[in-house]
Amino acid sequence: MAETVLETSGLTMTFGGVTACDAVDFKLKARELRCLIGPNGAGKSTFFKCLTGLLKPTSGAVFMQGEETTNWHTHEISSLGVGIKTQVASVLDGVTVHENIWLAARRFFSSSIAETKAKETIERLYLGDIAKSNVGQLAHGERQRVELGIVAAGDPWLVLLDEPAAGMTSEDVDRMTEIIREMTTTAAVIIVEHDMQFIRSIATDVTVFHQGGILLEGNVEQVMSDETVRNVYLGKKA
Amino acid sequence: MREITLQRFTLSIIIAAALMLFLPVIMNTFVLTPLLIYGMLGMSLGLIWGFGGILCFGQAAFFGLGAYAYAISAINIGESTIPMLIAVMVPAIFAAVLGAMMFYGRLGDVYLGVITLVVTLIFFKFMNSTAGPDYVIGTARLGGFNGIPGFQTLNIPGLPDDYIYGDSLYYVTFVLLVVAYWLVNWLLQSPFGRVAVAIRENEQRVSLMGYDIRARKTILFAIGGAIAGLAGALFANWAEIVTPGLFSLSQTAEIIIWCIVGGLGTRLGPILGAAGLAYLKFLLGQQAFIDNTIIMGLILVLFVLFLPKGLIPAIESVWKLSVGKRRRCHPSRRRKGRAITNG
Ligand SMILES: Nc1ncnc2c1ncn2[C@@H]1O[C@H](COP(=O)(O)OP(=O)(O)OP(=O)(O)O)[C@@H](O)[C@H]1O
Ligand SMILES: [Mg+2]
Repeated sequence: MAETVLETSGLTMTFGGVTACDAVDFKLKARELRCLIGPNGAGKSTFFKCLTGLLKPTSGAVFMQGEETTNWHTHEISSLGVGIKTQVASVLDGVTVHENIWLAARRFFSSSIAETKAKETIERLYLGDIAKSNVGQLAHGERQRVELGIVAAGDPWLVLLDEPAAGMTSEDVDRMTEIIREMTTTAAVIIVEHDMQFIRSIATDVTVFHQGGILLEGNVEQVMSDETVRNVYLGKKA
Repeated sequence: MREITLQRFTLSIIIAAALMLFLPVIMNTFVLTPLLIYGMLGMSLGLIWGFGGILCFGQAAFFGLGAYAYAISAINIGESTIPMLIAVMVPAIFAAVLGAMMFYGRLGDVYLGVITLVVTLIFFKFMNSTAGPDYVIGTARLGGFNGIPGFQTLNIPGLPDDYIYGDSLYYVTFVLLVVAYWLVNWLLQSPFGRVAVAIRENEQRVSLMGYDIRARKTILFAIGGAIAGLAGALFANWAEIVTPGLFSLSQTAEIIIWCIVGGLGTRLGPILGAAGLAYLKFLLGQQAFIDNTIIMGLILVLFVLFLPKGLIPAIESVWKLSVGKRRRCHPSRRRKGRAITNG
């Protein structure tokens, strides 16, 4: 049995009167692939931000590989080997694609190994043609892929992807599916997505967020056919 | 890659040496030396602002602190070698402490500007108010608005009677500026410098990569303080007096203008901006028709409106345009050649 690498207990985040995360108990095993779904405003991005220290949770605790990381600084959590792709692409606009990925790798490796890692990652993510371009000039889908490269370059054991397929062409999505599959050989991955097609293609376990809490967890088909889930989420869409 | 940088290094040393020997032919070294010193001061802000994204309104504080630290320790110690080191260390440590308070306190950019400005003003006010006989450090009287005159100026290390002044001070300043410039270049190419630029681009992403931005910004800020302090010490040696005016608001504003006009985010821009504008100010100071602050203001406005990226980027793009035009005739040939070899 794989061990639990990520666990939250009673994780709560309130903004004034809004409770964006409401006592979330969540568990993830090593190399597990989990999709997080839920209507807009359900608190998925807030949950990610609490995990990575971008937000300090109001209450509750986060454990990574058995160690409590609640209230740690973002850079300390990232240094453990946690990579996150934020909902709005967070990249370094003024420098090249290569520099973006090299810097991500350099945190964990020496300069020369980081160079090798960067080259590998650029190849793996089909960024070769634009490696020398400034990220600020790139199209939306390319920026998303650069950010994925930044996440992958540090060989993380936990990967959080917030709507990675948003605004991508189907060709891009296919590539991404392949890359994410590759990632799961070494890392546990959580993906926030609205695209059901995409979720089905990755076919995995799903956690449904609703009003800051976990509504349901289970196999993708089982979750999709669930009455309550249809009501709060799919019902709106279909 | 390495060969190219070595080439560039050698080339720039040759250019610098030629410039160093040529400039005194057309200009008095007494005028040149402060231009170089201002160049160094401009470079210190250019480093932390242009590459680290830290807009400091108090670079004059480190400059003044360096000058005062030199003057005070030179009076107490005599021989100038240790006072020069102290003049670099004091502003560096002060910047490190101030920086740590600001960056670990997660202050926003606006507060950072306000705090650095206020610190400069406090120094200005304080130094102005130290006229009384009670304000003494060792044997050095701070002297209030009259400043501190009559300290031991730069001497050949170990030989306190062999002063470095006039032309020799110019050469020493030039060499120190070139050395500092190359150290800054080296820093910017190192992983530390590359991460600093990344922090300028996107702090959140750099944190998410796992880098501690607070520590890195503090270190960069201290390096900027050290360079400004060295400039201050050299200035004290050139002027042979230090006064509270070093901490003045106009001094701190000028450094910012030098960077904007020269080109923020370039290595040479702030140096050339500083030297150029300081020279212009010197020329304007020799006539009484137009107030030079008006001209300075006008230049800043014109640059912000028409060359917002500054002089060096403008020259670069003109250069690229002309080179690009010349190259445009070649590629067709080159491409054909490649097609043939490939086919
Ligand atoms: N910084 C903030 N300040 C105040 N309220 C916030 C803040 N961030 C998020 N919220 C609120 O918290 C709730 C959850 O937002 P969150 O972005 O986590 O939702 P989400 O599930 O990611 O939605 P989406 O699918 O649209 O991305 C929303 O009601 C949002 O308005
Ligand atoms: Mg979201």
